[in-house]
Amino acid sequence: MNPVRKRRLWFILALVVAAAIATTLVAMALQRNIAYLYTPAEVLRGSAGENVASGAAKFRLGGMVAANSFKRADGSMQARFRVTDGDAELPVVYTGILPDLFRENQAVIATGRMQGGTFVAEQVLAKHDETYVPKEVADKMGMAHQKHGVRTPADAAADAR
Amino acid sequence: MLPELGQVALILALLVALLQVVLPLAGAQRGKASWMAVARPAAFAQLLLVLCAFVVLTISFVMQDFSVRYVAENSNSLLPVVYRYTAVWGAHEGSQLLWALILAGWTAAVAEFSHKLPDVVVARVLGIMGLVSIGFLSFLIFTSDPFARLLPAAAEGRDLNPLLQDPGMIIHPPMLYLGYVGFVVPFAFAVAALIDGRMDARWLRWTRPWTNVAWGFLTLGIALGSWWAYYELGWGGWWFWDPVENASFMPWLAGAALLHSQAATEKRGSFRGWTVLLAIAAFSLSLLGTFLVRSGVLTSVHAFAADPARGLFILIFLAIVIGGSLLLYALRAPRFEQGAPFAASSRETLLLANNVLLVSACGMVLLGTLYPLLADALGLGKISVGPPYFGLLFLLLMTPLVLLLPFGPLTRWQREQPSKPLALLAPWAVLALVSGIVAYFLAPQGAWKTAAGIAASAWVLLGTVRFVWTRLRSARLKPNGRFTPEMLGMTLAHTGIAVFLVGALLVEAQNVQRELPLKPGQSVELGGYAFRFEGVDETQGPNYVADRGHVQVTRNGQSVVLLHPEKREYASGGQVMTEAGIHGGLFADVYVALGEPLGAASDPDRTAGAWAVRIHIKPFVRWIWLGAVLMALGGFVTATDRRFRAKPAEGST
Repeated sequence: MNPVRKRRLWFILALVVAAAIATTLVAMALQRNIAYLYTPAEVLRGSAGENVASGAAKFRLGGMVAANSFKRADGSMQARFRVTDGDAELPVVYTGILPDLFRENQAVIATGRMQGGTFVAEQVLAKHDETYVPKEVADKMGMAHQKHGVRTPADAAADAR
Repeated sequence: MLPELGQVALILALLVALLQVVLPLAGAQRGKASWMAVARPAAFAQLLLVLCAFVVLTISFVMQDFSVRYVAENSNSLLPVVYRYTAVWGAHEGSQLLWALILAGWTAAVAEFSHKLPDVVVARVLGIMGLVSIGFLSFLIFTSDPFARLLPAAAEGRDLNPLLQDPGMIIHPPMLYLGYVGFVVPFAFAVAALIDGRMDARWLRWTRPWTNVAWGFLTLGIALGSWWAYYELGWGGWWFWDPVENASFMPWLAGAALLHSQAATEKRGSFRGWTVLLAIAAFSLSLLGTFLVRSGVLTSVHAFAADPARGLFILIFLAIVIGGSLLLYALRAPRFEQGAPFAASSRETLLLANNVLLVSACGMVLLGTLYPLLADALGLGKISVGPPYFGLLFLLLMTPLVLLLPFGPLTRWQREQPSKPLALLAPWAVLALVSGIVAYFLAPQGAWKTAAGIAASAWVLLGTVRFVWTRLRSARLKPNGRFTPEMLGMTLAHTGIAVFLVGALLVEAQNVQRELPLKPGQSVELGGYAFRFEGVDETQGPNYVADRGHVQVTRNGQSVVLLHPEKREYASGGQVMTEAGIHGGLFADVYVALGEPLGAASDPDRTAGAWAVRIHIKPFVRWIWLGAVLMALGGFVTATDRRFRAKPAEGST
């Protein structure tokens, strides 16, 4: 092998090794830092998985803040409310300042984990304008489902069976 | 009547753009000078027409013409006059019009300042820019018409999103777009070079200032956005790894890599193919950013409303631009000549390392941003990628970059004995380490991060100073060893990195924050400051009612400042906005934001009870933006180097 080829071979070898290390690192970092979005019905039904229901896994809870569910003890930072997806409700507790656009009957995404039937939130997001529902929440809830009497593809599929 | 004129102007601009593409490109291929000569006047005419449309839309806003749908949706009779001008780019349609205007502006600038280039090159470059312009103008006209009428006219507008009613928002989008769109110039040159099948160092020299200026504007735009998020969102953070932030950060990273590889290609002829590829990547990522922001596929503060037709249009456009240019690259790049050979220890190698690291960082951000979309499409569930992913990988990739940075300018092209730059920098490395150790023991908290920040910053700064010293000394000894604007620009930008590192790492390490309930008259101590909550009263703004808090900040018994954090409720739509009270300083910001009243909702006098209050002390946070400003300045100063504009000598490298 001439020196040029040899150098090229080493170069390619180094590139392959670097790429392998990078892929592993990225995969690991991704694995550890992704959070799934579930709705209350999925959590309660158990279709979100054992880890979510038991509180082992952190996840994002999406839905609407249920009407007349927001409570806060006088002078306390601890807020309690219920998140609904039209089918089921889940109580949520959060200590801290809620975002500006947090309102009853509006979309919300909370990050946290389950603790004995209550969702303990570390972070609550509601950062859109007043008419906007985050697309992922809308998708999950079937948006029109049970609210305006519009059938979702899921309904049609259920009927067909 | 006027809005229709705007519409007509846009359609005419589209026709002119068609002309600007077809004739010059065909003329360049066939060598017809008269066809190629169309390019310049067409570029100017296009700018004039798009400017007309933009002015018409602005007039509609200032005159409050609520019969125009876009105006009715984004303005209100109570909106202050200043914001009527900026509301023009406050939502989707208008911001796309601004995109088109800035593109036309860059095209006209290229037409004006390209007289030293061969006609064939100018014709091709302007033709390709026209092609991009066709894409954006038809996007505007067919999917997001800013002049669509609303009949019958609305009596009152819906108001501009309160988040955007802010001085920072006046200049953030134009700066960002100047950067985004500015990458069209290196892109057009790269594609022109591919069509031609060879890359002339003279043309490359001509494009370098354009890349630098575009990158400088992009830096300023991103910094302004970060600053705005810091004081307007009320969370006290300056970077959230939000998909839209990432969308602007990816072209920035690719652009930074492009700046460096262009320098190597221009001076040594190395990495020709790679430079072309980066130019394509930087612009494609700008387009991708637009797609991500505008199509509503991502959940973000910037996503206005999802419209599948728009998303599909941009996706197709994106596929044509990226697919077409990559295909051309695959066909033509092998024809490029090889540059001068270089040894393993040379400035070329260091620049290559710089490029590999920056591009990897860009790829990592791209992956993290698109992974949720990919998972959704594959039915793997709705997921989001958390900031720790970006934080960890970014740290891993940027550490070697920072370590290698001071070596670059001090290493010679082609071949260098590794011992030379090592010997030059060794004492400074020791000094940087010592300062890191001192910082470790002085830091009140977060010792490791503080030490890392100080050591890294000192290393970059001292290494840069060492370079300046070497250069100034040789400038005195040798007649041709000038300290050029190009070197000054590099020095400024690298100093900017040092300043940024201090800000980013020290604010992370030393930040103290608390969220707590405070009753009027109550005090709290935090980070050496005492905060006395004086209560809240109601004030009336032009288009909002605000709960205005009063917080007296003292330090060692001395009054520092009286802060007024606000909670504004806007008249139309009832949207609530937090306006943080900030006492800025070079070494620390004191940041107070008002949460919500904690008293019972039935309490008639809600201002008398306790309020949730968020207090931050943010040391060195301003250095983040100061560093970004220095980097941008570096880009601009480099662009002023007269070498780039000198009459090119014959012969290519």
